[in-house]
Amino acid sequence: MAMLEVKSLSISFGGLRAVDDFNVVIEKGQLYGMIGPNGAGKTTVFNLLTGVYKPDTGKILLDGKDITGKRTIEINQAGIARTFQNIRLFKELSVLDNVKAGLHNHHTYSTLEGILRLPRYYRVEKEMDERAMELLKVFDLDGEYDYKASNLPYGKQRKLEIARALATDPKLLLLDEPAAGMNPNETAELMDTIRFVRDHFDMTILLIEHDMKLVSGICERLTVLNFGQVLTEGETAQVLNDSRVITAYLGE
Amino acid sequence: MKKTKNKIRIQNLITYGMVIAAWVIIEILIQTGHISSLLKGLLVPLCIYAILAVSLNLTVGILGELSLGHAGFMCVGAFSGAFFTNVAADAIPSTGVRLFIALLIGAVTAGIFGLLIGIPVLRLKGDYLAIVTLAFGEIIKNLINTFYIGIDSSGLHFSIKDTMSLGMDETGVVIIKGPQGITGTPKAATFTIGIILLLITLVIVLNLIHSRTGRAIMSIRDNRIAAESIGINVTKYKLMAFSISAALAGVAGVLYAHNLSSLAATTNNFGYNKSIMILVFVVLGGLGSVRGSVIAAVVLTLLPELLRGLNDYRMLIYAIVLIVMMIFNSSPKAIAMRAVLRERFMSKKTKEAA
Repeated sequence: MAMLEVKSLSISFGGLRAVDDFNVVIEKGQLYGMIGPNGAGKTTVFNLLTGVYKPDTGKILLDGKDITGKRTIEINQAGIARTFQNIRLFKELSVLDNVKAGLHNHHTYSTLEGILRLPRYYRVEKEMDERAMELLKVFDLDGEYDYKASNLPYGKQRKLEIARALATDPKLLLLDEPAAGMNPNETAELMDTIRFVRDHFDMTILLIEHDMKLVSGICERLTVLNFGQVLTEGETAQVLNDSRVITAYLGE
Repeated sequence: MKKTKNKIRIQNLITYGMVIAAWVIIEILIQTGHISSLLKGLLVPLCIYAILAVSLNLTVGILGELSLGHAGFMCVGAFSGAFFTNVAADAIPSTGVRLFIALLIGAVTAGIFGLLIGIPVLRLKGDYLAIVTLAFGEIIKNLINTFYIGIDSSGLHFSIKDTMSLGMDETGVVIIKGPQGITGTPKAATFTIGIILLLITLVIVLNLIHSRTGRAIMSIRDNRIAAESIGINVTKYKLMAFSISAALAGVAGVLYAHNLSSLAATTNNFGYNKSIMILVFVVLGGLGSVRGSVIAAVVLTLLPELLRGLNDYRMLIYAIVLIVMMIFNSSPKAIAMRAVLRERFMSKKTKEAA
């Protein structure tokens, strides 16, 4: 069974059909890319998948379960986590606390237990610290665990956002332009990280990206969006050589 | 990791220690008679304002929502607490026990009000939220001014017209007399009780901040959309922070009511000026800094009183202190300077230790 199956998803804003009859099937463990010109509706698809917008029509199945029209937090609990095009970290919290916030629903104790500092508080907090440090180590952020998130350099902020998303223990990870604003070295490092996350966490990943080097380097399959519609879909090499994709997006 | 944990623990202990030290010093001064009656009268209000500032900091600094109705929650707490103390005067003779129960009732009532007000109000943001909470504070105050509640052998009587329309028999006692409010509340609040309540408030707020719940609340403050995306229930935690903040304001209100023999919902007591004054404590003490709130509340309450001798210059100096504190707390240069000073102080300390 496919990890994510989207059937004829559509949404309109006023007269604009932002996403029109969008279909995609992503298998478990796949690294899937979504490309297309600005305004094609890529981020809107992410917002539909994560429940920020409710679709007008269509169905979203995650691991066989219907999650269409559910709220963002329910969808996260069902197993979709995401990062954002413009980084959205908890700026005033420490790097460690950012990840621990991601662990919120997996290591729980009540507010009262927290205020009264009952034994469960210490036990669960310790579990959280250990789990969060493990995740930070994966992204080579463990040395900066007590930094304020906003004090991290740009590339590390991107990584922290991925670590925080992974903390929610998702089945599907959505990355919205992870390489935006990165230099070629940072991008190369990011490619390794994404590959590592897929292998290490056995993760299914769907990413939006404009950096063709990254897309052709790591994505196994691609969907190309143009004016809200799927232009084409298929193996990466095949899609990137498609004449329609070249005229609509890549250029001669 | 241990280091950060210990740092937080030490910071919290400093805050508690500061309050306890203040209590010890004041108690010694009282015992030896080295304290003016003016200052003695200020001791309980100091605790009240410190509790109010710390509780408002939970809404403004930790949750990040500007609330201008804090005096309204204090008012709810004050009246519900004082009402209980007077109703139960015969049933429970001990004023201490009555105060204790009144504190619980005040906290719960104000907390429920916080929840009820919070459900519609927390959908708003920024200025709009501030305006609506401001209106709430004023409405509560004016509403209580119209209440007449009395008790007689057949039970409670309620009216919003006047004392006569309560229609009580000859055993009846009017408890809330409209604009005159509640009179005859025993003066059960002492400095020690105030300090204990302040410590409890500090424990609740500090432990809350450094827990899973606090992290959720602060993540909503920093980025609501991201908080939702990682499965944090934004509405739940916003309401929780808002009603805990209101409940603690209610506790301060009960203390306030038991420090005065007559309690009336006047503009002076519970008006928007009071709300803004509490907000000034929070902002000058530093948003999110619990210890700062306590210090600011104490300094800014004491200052106008201690400067009474200077008559006309009093408010001028108060204003200058406000400006200096503001600069010291928020200007980037001042923050950098403080960091340098702290480092120098720390390195000296480690040198001495070595």
